[in-house]
Amino acid sequence: MDIDLIIRSIPFLGEAALMTLALAAGSLVLGFGVATLLVTARFARCKALRGIAVAYVSVMRGTPLLVQLFILYFGGPQVGLVLSPFVAGTVAFGLNIGAYMSEGLRGAILSVDKGQNEAARTLGFGRLDTLRHFILPQCAALMIRSLGVNAVILVKGTALISTIGVVDLTYSSQRIMTSSVRPFEVFGIAAAYYMLIVFGLTQFMRAVERRFALPEEVRE
Amino acid sequence: MTLDFTVVPPYAGALALGTFWTILITLLAGTISLVAGTFIALAQIFAPRWIRLAIVAPVFVITGTPLLLQLFLVYYGLSQLGIRLPAFWTGVVGLGLHYAVYNADILRATILSIDSGQSEAGRALGFGQGATLRHFVLPQALYVSLPQIGNNIIVLLKDSVLLSSIGIMELVLSAQLAISRSFRPFEFYITVAVIFYVINLALEWGFARVARKTEAMR
Repeated sequence: MDIDLIIRSIPFLGEAALMTLALAAGSLVLGFGVATLLVTARFARCKALRGIAVAYVSVMRGTPLLVQLFILYFGGPQVGLVLSPFVAGTVAFGLNIGAYMSEGLRGAILSVDKGQNEAARTLGFGRLDTLRHFILPQCAALMIRSLGVNAVILVKGTALISTIGVVDLTYSSQRIMTSSVRPFEVFGIAAAYYMLIVFGLTQFMRAVERRFALPEEVRE
Repeated sequence: MTLDFTVVPPYAGALALGTFWTILITLLAGTISLVAGTFIALAQIFAPRWIRLAIVAPVFVITGTPLLLQLFLVYYGLSQLGIRLPAFWTGVVGLGLHYAVYNADILRATILSIDSGQSEAGRALGFGQGATLRHFVLPQALYVSLPQIGNNIIVLLKDSVLLSSIGIMELVLSAQLAISRSFRPFEFYITVAVIFYVINLALEWGFARVARKTEAMR
């Protein structure tokens, strides 16, 4: 056990953890936007739109994230799309996690009893008003739970960006590892940082979920 | 620069070999994840308290940190401990154990959900506790959790690409070698994505078929 190395690595990897956080935050925002579009398309009246959304989700979930990142970052310049590694990572992770998130959101909407929709429509509410006043309040907590699960998957997935040279937690720890040859100490600290982020995120999402949970007496 | 997919066929042999390794890695790591996952689930339910407590920390670390970091830890860490294992097996075992934890999570829930009347019936017929578990509870738990385990295996297939970063010659690394000679990343990575998509569809179809078969048996 190299205590000195551990003490020196903690602030160094702390900076890298900020990079991981920034990357995750950017991808999450993008992913949520993509997911919202996809869910809207999935419930659209236009059949072609629904088909496009289904195909997008299927391809994104059916191919490895690393390959998607490589297509964008290494393949992009061939078709005139030159991105910095950080931007390429944010976009690739956001487009990918958006597909997973949209499935969670869709599942939450479908979990609401069909009668609720029919009742609201019978009362003369439009599709959007029905969604806002009847469906969303009933499934918001479930949506937030699935978003939280996907956010954790995303944070862990950001480690892939180390393969294109962005100085995130995984990349930095690899760098210290090659100079110190102390894998347990170095990767241990990086792992601790990841767990800290995942733990903080889970606690935060749980709090948000509670905030949106239906009161006890409304639930059946 | 325009896209030209005719650069791919000359490397078809290398890509086919890479595909073979990817499938082999998935099969091996998938088997490890299922067997080890079953043992972890059983330990979480039936083992003495100190073993159950001893499992908590590793499970937390495996689910809370990136697989890539874990692979690096195993790959470099084993040699720090003086254990020499070929990179291939380090990768396969690391990948398998990672998904074992996720499979254990599913299996534990289904084992606990199997009606207690099943194990009571087994015991009443004179089977021991272990035999009851093996012949009555586990087969049912495996059937019930098959769709979710199938899902995990599909995720495992996609994560097998991470083994390229510890130098294992699977599909992505084969493509990278071809790219280093042809300078055509777009065409080759698209080809790799298509191959993965096809394997993914085949696995989905296979698991759905097995699920239907076992459904009919019950």
